[in-house]
Amino acid sequence: MDKPYVLSMKGIEKEYYGNKVLKGVDLYIAPGEIHALMGENGAGKSTLMNILFGMPVIHNTGGFKGVIEVNGEQVNIDSPQKAMELGIGMVHQEFMLIPGFTVTENIKVGREITTPTIASSIFGKKLEALDKRSMAADARTALDTIGLDISEDTMVRGLPVGYMQFIEIAREIDKSGMQILIFDEPTAVLTESEADRLLDAMRTIAAKGIAIIFITHRIDEVMNVTDSMTVLRDGTLVERLITKDTTAARIAELMIGRKVEKLVEDTVDNRTLDDNDIILSLRDYYVDMPGEKVHGIDLDVRRGEILGIGGLAGQGKVGIPNGILGLYEAAGEIVFDGEKINPNKLGDALNKGIAFVSEDRRGVGLLLEETIEQNIVFSAMQVKEDFLHKFGPLKIFDAKAAKAFADDMIQKLDIRCTGSSQYVGRLSGGNQQKVCLARALALAPKLLIVSEPTRGIDIGAKKLVLELLVKLNRETGLTIIVVSSELNELRSLSDRIAIVSDGKLTAMLAPDASDAKYGLAMSGSKAGGEE
Amino acid sequence: MEKLKSAMKNVNLPRLIILAFFLLIVALMGVYKLDVLSYLGSVIKYWGMWGILALAMVPSIQCGVGPNFGVSLGIVCGILSGLLAIEFDIAVKVDAILPGFGPWASIIFAIIVGAVIAWFVGVLYGMLLNRVKGDEMTVTTYVGYSAIYLMSIVWFTAPFTSGIIKWALGGKGVRNQINLNTSFGSVLYDAGGFTLFAKEGVTAGIYIPTGLIVFVLLMCFLVFIYMKTKTGKAITAAGSNPQFARASGINVDKMRIRGIALSTALGAIGIIIYAQGYGFIQAYTAPLSMGFQCVAAVLIGGATTRKAKISHVIIGTFLFQGLIIMTPPLSNVMLQGTDISDTMRQIIQNGVILYALTKAKGGVSSEE
Repeated sequence: MDKPYVLSMKGIEKEYYGNKVLKGVDLYIAPGEIHALMGENGAGKSTLMNILFGMPVIHNTGGFKGVIEVNGEQVNIDSPQKAMELGIGMVHQEFMLIPGFTVTENIKVGREITTPTIASSIFGKKLEALDKRSMAADARTALDTIGLDISEDTMVRGLPVGYMQFIEIAREIDKSGMQILIFDEPTAVLTESEADRLLDAMRTIAAKGIAIIFITHRIDEVMNVTDSMTVLRDGTLVERLITKDTTAARIAELMIGRKVEKLVEDTVDNRTLDDNDIILSLRDYYVDMPGEKVHGIDLDVRRGEILGIGGLAGQGKVGIPNGILGLYEAAGEIVFDGEKINPNKLGDALNKGIAFVSEDRRGVGLLLEETIEQNIVFSAMQVKEDFLHKFGPLKIFDAKAAKAFADDMIQKLDIRCTGSSQYVGRLSGGNQQKVCLARALALAPKLLIVSEPTRGIDIGAKKLVLELLVKLNRETGLTIIVVSSELNELRSLSDRIAIVSDGKLTAMLAPDASDAKYGLAMSGSKAGGEE
Repeated sequence: MEKLKSAMKNVNLPRLIILAFFLLIVALMGVYKLDVLSYLGSVIKYWGMWGILALAMVPSIQCGVGPNFGVSLGIVCGILSGLLAIEFDIAVKVDAILPGFGPWASIIFAIIVGAVIAWFVGVLYGMLLNRVKGDEMTVTTYVGYSAIYLMSIVWFTAPFTSGIIKWALGGKGVRNQINLNTSFGSVLYDAGGFTLFAKEGVTAGIYIPTGLIVFVLLMCFLVFIYMKTKTGKAITAAGSNPQFARASGINVDKMRIRGIALSTALGAIGIIIYAQGYGFIQAYTAPLSMGFQCVAAVLIGGATTRKAKISHVIIGTFLFQGLIIMTPPLSNVMLQGTDISDTMRQIIQNGVILYALTKAKGGVSSEE
């Protein structure tokens, strides 16, 4: 161990209420190194970072065991302030920005540059004026470093998520004395192109000698950008690897402890898809969803197929299902199974047999403060009046039927929980997604639309969710539309993939079409070609 | 194990502290040789009187508006319907036909008319609250105050003709306190009531107002059932996650209006039950702070500003009224020679309200 590490964490152990979540983990990072911290959900990554950042949750639950050294000196990090003083910064997954402030103000908040004024000479430093010019200059430098091309005077409110992420990063690197920067799943909410730019920014930052801890689920990014990595599984250290000496398959294998094949196994496919049997058709379809506008799309979905809808974030693919379901204002003709759907009548699509799993799982998809059972049966109860005892006009919730159905779904979809009465807020992302799917399936829909089914969930769960979709399609003949930013995912399960760019359909491609064709279609070129 | 855990969660710290304080007071009353049993009887009476007013908080919290400080809006509707019952002399008229049923007819009239008026007023109130999403706590408080003062003008000028309602001198407007002896006073309180543990010279015993208890529990049960219906579930979902509710085809604004209308109607029924226990209808500014007391009761009972259950109402009202009723006599004997019992009552009452509000947390998700 002769290499000078900027950070060493040795033999870290932590338990929450007798439940050991970290069992002696070591972490070593050299200056300027990009180090990935890998592991499935629940492997202990967040706990380890909370310890490093001195989060109160650690100290309120009895502290931890082990030694942390920064620059070879043992330190006691008992609060986030202490961590910041030591030059440890964190880019959070949930943005901590003030919407009503400009980019500059957000970057410099708490560390404003000031100049003395008459008032300040009498009443002290608090009344000094802001030196807006040098603050703006600092902000500009930070933004340029990470290659974010927006004006530093822009108001943060209303910016796309991708931009907010970059502003967070700019704020961290603007701090002087920054030694270690933690990125907690920064690419989870970004599109592929934004993610690429983020990785470039990370390289730039690392080149300045700042060590980076990169927490992510995406192995390709790790292979792409990191120097080394630590793999955790169930709170134990599996291995510390040097990136260039390993392979993606090996990392994935270490993470989940089982072999990873392709995303979806081949299944028996005896469907016959008829080009004339159209279950859903959109004509001249517009949706006014902020950030995901749709500008006139014609699309036909064949009965029994899995249709993928891909495209970069912000191009409108997510707007398509949200408009159909009436969640955002939409216009145009929607014909579903021979019936017209009025998109501006809330619940019309639901009543006619379309179920939707939202891309915003925690915001739209779930009642986090309710039980699994309530979440699963809710829509069916409201839309189809299932799970109700009917006494004349009185419709009282049938708890028994609901529980039986929920238990059945928990078993069928393999939802890992302590029982149907567990709160969904406590489930992992993958299991929450399965609850969302169960809720959609409870409606016994003719068409299932799933938006971003695997966003923010780990590899193991991802595979299960995708396989589940394929199984539903093959076994019950359910027509499924999958909207996803992850092309790889769409290609592994769809029959056809529609690519949306700038609110318009640019191409309908076969899953095995060449990368070049996909790239062309996503960039908005009409020359994508037919399948 | 799971059961035990959820039971542990129900016994939250604020409730435990209030409970401990309540028990301490009861113990001290024993030490000072006060008639604990008879005071417990009073607590039960006041629990019954306040129960439905506190119950009015459940639909408003569940539909997402939060604690309904503006329950006074329902209260004035209840006062109006109570006055109408007296004005039309329903008790006497019915008694002439069906002896003994007069008071019952009177209170049933007041409850139904009050609830119907309050429901309509509640719909308008709900439409107002839909325009001020996010600021409901403040708005409901001011709506509550405005309702009381606005109605004070109405009471002052209302053309009631009944001699019981009018000022004895002057002949116009409503009195401060309207006696319910000849209408529905004590009708539920007396129904099927009996006294337990009475002992000559030692204790007056606990009076159990069976009719009142049964009625309050019945109302609790009806609200409980309503919250279990399709509509009740939709109201709860609209309150807990409006986006989610929309995605299930629910009109969130409509559900909020229903929750508020129900809350307002319960406020009207609540004040009638309160008045029959008290023996008088109190007009003008008497109900000004009732909203606060209802909110404090459910919060102490374990409700949050986002989630409230019937059990929170039942437990909370008992603890809150227990404190308010038991403290003044105790402070009188402990601080003899001073006459600060009413001051004590005010301090305890407002202190508990303040405490309950500081402990009002969000739902399950914010516990982490």
